[in-house]
Parts: sequence; C-alpha cells; structure tokens
Amino acid sequence: MRVRKVIDGVSEKVMCSVTAAVSFLVVLIAAGLYLKARPIMEITPIKELLTSSSWHPLKGEFGFYPFLMGTFWVTFLAMIFAIPICLLCSIYISEYAPRKMRDVIKPLIDLLAGIPSVVYGVFGVLAVVPLIRDTAHRINISTTGYSVLAGGIVLAIMVFPIIISVSVEVIQSVPYEARESSLSLGATQWQTVKKVVLKKAFPGIVAAIILGFSRAFGETMAVLMVVGNVPQVPHSIFEEAYPLTALIANNYGEMLSVPLYDSALLLGALILLLIVLLFSMAARLILMRGGR
Amino acid sequence: MYHITIKGLNVSYGNHHVLKNVSLEIPRNKITVIIGPSGCGKTTLLKSLNRLLELQEGVRISGSVLVDDESVYDPKVDVTELRKKMGLLSQRPYPLPMSIFDNVAYGPRIHGTRKRKKLNEIVEKNLRAAGLWEEVKDRLKSPAASLSIGQQQRLCLARCLAVSPEIILCDEPTSALDPFSAQKIEETLSELKTDYTIVVVTHNLRRARRLADYVGFIFLGELIEHGGKKDIFENPKDERTRRYISGESYL
Ligand SMILES: Nc1ncnc2c1ncn2[C@@H]1O[C@H](COP(=O)(O)OP(=O)(O)OP(=O)(O)O)[C@@H](O)[C@H]1O
Ligand SMILES: [Mg+2]
Repeated sequence: MRVRKVIDGVSEKVMCSVTAAVSFLVVLIAAGLYLKARPIMEITPIKELLTSSSWHPLKGEFGFYPFLMGTFWVTFLAMIFAIPICLLCSIYISEYAPRKMRDVIKPLIDLLAGIPSVVYGVFGVLAVVPLIRDTAHRINISTTGYSVLAGGIVLAIMVFPIIISVSVEVIQSVPYEARESSLSLGATQWQTVKKVVLKKAFPGIVAAIILGFSRAFGETMAVLMVVGNVPQVPHSIFEEAYPLTALIANNYGEMLSVPLYDSALLLGALILLLIVLLFSMAARLILMRGGR
Repeated sequence: MYHITIKGLNVSYGNHHVLKNVSLEIPRNKITVIIGPSGCGKTTLLKSLNRLLELQEGVRISGSVLVDDESVYDPKVDVTELRKKMGLLSQRPYPLPMSIFDNVAYGPRIHGTRKRKKLNEIVEKNLRAAGLWEEVKDRLKSPAASLSIGQQQRLCLARCLAVSPEIILCDEPTSALDPFSAQKIEETLSELKTDYTIVVVTHNLRRARRLADYVGFIFLGELIEHGGKKDIFENPKDERTRRYISGESYL
C-alpha cells in the first residue's frame, strides 16, 4: 500500500520535472547563449558588432554586418519568390482543383516537406548554380553561380511545402457560407476568392508565411552549399554572400583556438534565436488579431 | 404567367436521391412558401434554382428550371447574371468580412458601380428597405460581424436587394432570430412582394400561414401538393399534407 503511494508520488515528480525541463529549454538555451556571448560584448559594444563590416577574427575584429546582410538578402529574395507562387498554388489547390486532384497533390506537397535539407543543397549545386552561372554569362554578368540568387531560390523551394500546406488548410477552413454569400450576389469565383476568401484567410496566410520562414532560417545546410560563403556585403544578387547560419555551421568547433571566436559565433546564434522568436511572436499576434 | 417553372427536377447527392421529380410553378410578385419536415430537401430545392447546388461535390441534377421562360441549366446561361437575378437569404446570416457599408456595396461594386455618391445612395436605400437604416446609420464603417444576429439577417437582406434582383429566395430566414426580429423580417418581406417574386422555405407553419400567397408541401423529396394558401391550409387533398399541417405525426 505504502509502496504504491511512494511510486505514485515519485512518478508524478519525475514527469513534472521532465515537463518543466522541456519547457524551460528555450529559456536555458537563450541564457546559455547569452552567457557565452557576453565576453565579446564586453570588449566590443554590441552596436559596433552589428554594424561593422570587418571580419578578421585573428585581429580580434568581429563585424557581423556582412552576415546579417547575407541572411537578410537570401531570406528576402526567397520571400519574393515564394510568396506569390505559394499563394497561387494554395488558392488553386483549395478553391479550383477537383477533389481527386487535391487528394493527389496534398500528400505530394507534404512529401516535399520531408526531404532532408542536404538533398535540396545538392539539387542547388547541380542545377540552380550552373543555371544561374550560364544565364548570367549570356547577359554579360560574370558570376560563379554561387550567389544570393542561388540561396534565395533554394530557400524558396524549401519553404514551398510548409507555406502551401498551411495556407491550404487555412483557406479551406473559411466557412462555405462565405463563398455562397458572395456567389449568390453574382460574383465570379475569382472575385469571391479575392475579396472574401483571401480576406478572411489573410491572417492565417501571413502566419503560414512567417512559420515557413522561421523554419527556413534554421535550414542552414542547403543555403550554405549554394551561396558561396564569402564574408562580404552583397551588392547584387549575383554576388556571393555568407548568411549567419552558414557562418556558425562552418566554423563552430574548428576555429575555437582563436580567442573570442566561439563567443562571437554564439552571439550570432543568439541573434538568430531572437530573430526567429520575434517572427513567431509576430505570427501569433497576427493570428490573434485575425481571430477577433 | 409564372415567373419560375420547375419541371421534373431530380437531385441526388452521390446515390442519395434527394429531390424526386419535382414540378412546381412559382407565380410572379407573390410569396410562395415551401413547407415540409426537416431534411426533406427544401434547401436543396432553393439552391437548385440559382445553381448554387452545383458547387457541391458529387451532386447530380436533372430536369428543368425555367426563369422567365429561359432555362437556368442551359450551358449558354451566364451564371453570374442568373444569380444576380435571384437573391438568396440563407438559414444563418453570413455577413462578409468587411464593414456594414461594404457589405451592402459589395454586390453593386462587383457589377461595376464605382461612384461613391451612387454607392451611398444604394446603401441607404437598401438598408432602409430592409428596416436597418435607423439602427446603423451612425456606424456604417464598423465591421458587420459586430451586429446582432437579427440585424445581420436584415443586413443580408439589404445586401441581396442591393443588386436589384427580381426574385428573392429565403431559406428559413427567421429560424435563427428572436420572435421580434423574425416579425420585422416577415413584415419587410410582405412589403417587398409588390416588386419581387419571393420564395420562402420554412417549417414554421404559423409563419407560413401569415406570409404565404401560395404554398408547396414537400415530403421526403416529393412535392406532394401545391396551390393557393386557402386550398392547402383549409382543404388539403393529400392525407400527408393534412397530417403535416394539423401537426399530427407524419410517420
Ligand atoms: N452536401 C450534401 N451532401 C450529401 N447530402 C446532403 C448534402 N446536403 C444535403 N444533403 C441531404 O439531402 C437531404 C435534404 O437536405 P436539405 O438541406 O435540402 O433539407 P431541408 O429540407 O432544407 O432540411 P432543414 O429543414 O433541416 O433545413 C438531407 O437528407 C441531407 O442529409
Ligand atoms: Mg434547410
């Protein structure tokens, strides 16, 4: 009798602490990163770290600006490619495609989401990079093909399945009556989609896009393989760049003999974490406002 | 002359045969009330008139529906023009996700009215016709979802009147409303019948008695009987009609 009670008490405590540990993991990681990043922030002011372009670890200069710009441009380009394509795709699947076709396409898109990052990277190196190089040469731009453009394209392809599958769900959850009301007033299907369905689904679609990209931030592997990894502020989409994720993945664990190097890299990780956190908070806010 | 003529209409969802060989004439500028127990196919009948039914997956429709002697299911028919001609007021009001003003202006805008002044006129006129103007004239910009359900239904009526239909199809327009709002809608419909042909679906018999000029009784997908209000309510020919309107069990 007493043994059962003891086991009951212990198991509850174990489960409780495991749950607590998991939920505090994010806090722990952020705190850990902050502690590790503190030495470099004590030596160089954070403002300078973020705005300086000179990255010379051996001289103790850690300017993150090129990497921030690399991340920004690759992501921005990917968004420009992904948003219209994903929107058209999800509208077609949810509003126009016949049921049978939808039943085939939806699992196919979910399958795309499961492909490992490396595979997309290989595809980028074998197909996207040469295509960019050859096309650019034809219009007299010299580039290796490893570029912001390549990174943007590969990243866009990687976020397609996430954004499309969430958007399709969101659009399909718009009540049938919304379409019926609009159509019964003599609206065409496209007018109905544009003015009623998308309007109703808008917050959800924005959340889908943000969700897609906050996941994409973490997908280092594929982007790293096609952007060239040169620490410079890119001035055109055909130039190489060096996103933050690639910097961390390429160097952590190798260059740690250089003083403050690991502190700098972990500061990079902290910045990434904050950006993603900001994105997902924005998504939540938009969803909440749309829910009202 | 009849405004709508339905001949041998059959509708099935998959292999569920819902409307069985329905034939019915609907007179112009009168209120025709369709009564019948729940699930007998009243909504289905109504939506087959303005071709909303065909949006459902797996629906099969045969037979003919004529509006002004023109076949509704003719492949040459412009569906949007057809639907514009027939306003629909559904079982539950569904305001579009926009302001009160924009809800009423939605139809006219779609059909090409751009001028602000003209839109203002249309909105005021139809909100008045639906008996809602006084309540909302100071907050036309607020979201339509902020209205009460009864107000929403009147807004939907104004929205449907704003495209100048000839026919108004009402699917239990008052079932979600309190008696007072329901009465308001009914009064409005009675006033409107001088200009419109109105078809109302309901399973509230008292309401049917008050509103109707003509009555059709549907039972398990068959149109059992139809005719003038007096004939159906006071002198039904069919045993099933008699039982239904006297409130006896029809099983
Ligand atoms: N989309 C659909 N798919 C399959 N069956 C349907 C569909 N819509 C309606 N039905 C079936 O068709 C029959 C008639 O439905 P309908 O909605 O026309 O009834 P109703 O007379 O309007 O009922 P109520 O008074 O409850 O609104 C019902 O048996 C219903 O289950
Ligand atoms: Mg119904």
